[in-house]
Amino acid sequence: MASPQSRTHLLGLILILAIATGSCNSDVATNDGQGTTQQEIYIENKGSDTIVNLALAWAEKYQDQNPDIRISVTGGGSGTGISSLINNTVDLANASRRIKEEEIENAQNNSVEPIEFVIARDAIAIIVHPENPINNLTLEEISAIYSGEINNWSALGGDDRPIVRLSRETNSGTHVFFLENVLRLGDNTSKLLFSTNTLLLPSSEGIIQETSQNINAIGYDGLGYVTDEVKVIGVASILGGEYIFPSAVTVNLGIYPIARDLYMYTNGDPEGQLANYMEWIFSPEAQEIVTKLGFVPIENTE
Amino acid sequence: MLIIFYFLLSQGLPAITLVDIKSMLGVRWYPIEEYFGLLPLLAGSLVVTFGATLIAVPFGIGTAVFLAEIAPRWLRELLKPTIEILAGLPSVMLGFIGIALLTSFVRETFGLPTGLSALTGALLLGAISIPTIVSVAEDALDAVPKEYRDGALALGATKWQTIWTVILPAAKSGVLTAVMLGVARSIGETMIVMMVTGNAAVMPEGLEVILSPVRTMTATIAAEMGEVANGSVHYHMLFFIGIVLFIISLIVNVIASSFIYKNSNRSEKLLS
Repeated sequence: MASPQSRTHLLGLILILAIATGSCNSDVATNDGQGTTQQEIYIENKGSDTIVNLALAWAEKYQDQNPDIRISVTGGGSGTGISSLINNTVDLANASRRIKEEEIENAQNNSVEPIEFVIARDAIAIIVHPENPINNLTLEEISAIYSGEINNWSALGGDDRPIVRLSRETNSGTHVFFLENVLRLGDNTSKLLFSTNTLLLPSSEGIIQETSQNINAIGYDGLGYVTDEVKVIGVASILGGEYIFPSAVTVNLGIYPIARDLYMYTNGDPEGQLANYMEWIFSPEAQEIVTKLGFVPIENTE
Repeated sequence: MLIIFYFLLSQGLPAITLVDIKSMLGVRWYPIEEYFGLLPLLAGSLVVTFGATLIAVPFGIGTAVFLAEIAPRWLRELLKPTIEILAGLPSVMLGFIGIALLTSFVRETFGLPTGLSALTGALLLGAISIPTIVSVAEDALDAVPKEYRDGALALGATKWQTIWTVILPAAKSGVLTAVMLGVARSIGETMIVMMVTGNAAVMPEGLEVILSPVRTMTATIAAEMGEVANGSVHYHMLFFIGIVLFIISLIVNVIASSFIYKNSNRSEKLLS
């Protein structure tokens, strides 16, 4: 016979189960694209931390103009965004690097067809402490610094101080882009790796924070994240070449050596409201927001 | 609990078949290029935990002794709840204070290339373990019956002698539990170490490792779990790291329990 105490326990358990199953319901319907519940359309946008501020600004502007659309934006890194697209948990993935072959394969194995859009451009700025006497570096010098070949600023004509290398974590598209294009100088047979004592910081802000406080530090970050508290270095692609500083102008002219495209990926060609959003992203209004945030807008060549 | 354990094992054990042991014992952890050496991560966690324990135990037990035996009643009633509130401090907040203030201080005081190091991590972890240790140890010390103190005083012992030779040994199991809880908190702490240790997977070269950046197992899991594709080698390796963490906690607890068990048997015989 159930005693009063165990009956209370049973009731409590049933109550908890009821609440738990009841609350799971609403999200499931929206995951396959643009699920509709009560006239509201949800778009899930996830991925690159480099793009997240831009995506957020876009989402806010678009939602102002289209109040029945709800866009949720989260970061987590390019790797996170793409794997969420592969796992079919987001509609739109942000990535500051190209999708990899293995990721495309994984996607196709999961019946996901990633479609690529270049939504803006970015320059990777190389930053140092404002009082660091170094003002310019070549790509090869930067590569030698980050691979551990050069360990002291004096080897580059600076002070006699150890070099502290700052980087983003491995899930960051910025990190992967830097690995392939700066460390390995674009050579895709190279197996060069970051020096083991490279500090892998979990956020772009962390890099700015440490660089602005530590005179030994060198770091890299998207141009949109650079503040006045750090100094940006001019970069030359080869020794003897001209040292170029990153800006929208130099990126679009193609003369800044460390520039990249920023991507958004959808599962298949976008339809309905998602397609409207994607179209809006290429409008002058949206690209103006790109400039405001320190990125480089797409020149409308099509 | 069992479900968690089962999930951990089922997702982590495949790593053994996918990555050979020799590669796991390597010194390079760089998963996006298939380098799965676990040693730097293990070393990182151990260094930071050890440092945190070295800091937290003396301060923690000292404070507990002060509160239980030396402080006047009114001070105790004031300090104890304050310390218990400190135990609830969100670790990300401490991590933030760490980045903003502590790293520059550590860098300048010790003349290091960077303040993002195991030392900063150990200091903050110690700080967050101390309230836990104080809380539990103080309760244990308080639970020692008044008769023990009276007996010691009757035999002519001073206050300090009483504390060291009678009360602390009597409260041994409680105090050790407190220390274990503190150590467990340090090993499993993720946010603080991710923000202030620099996350560089280096192998220690002697004792100066405490002053160099390290990468802990917990920070590795937290930083990388988001990007792994479900079922990939990297995914299984991260769960395997979880298993390793679990085993370490288990070993720590087993050692602690055996120590307590052995001693309490002896003292029970003596005092009964």
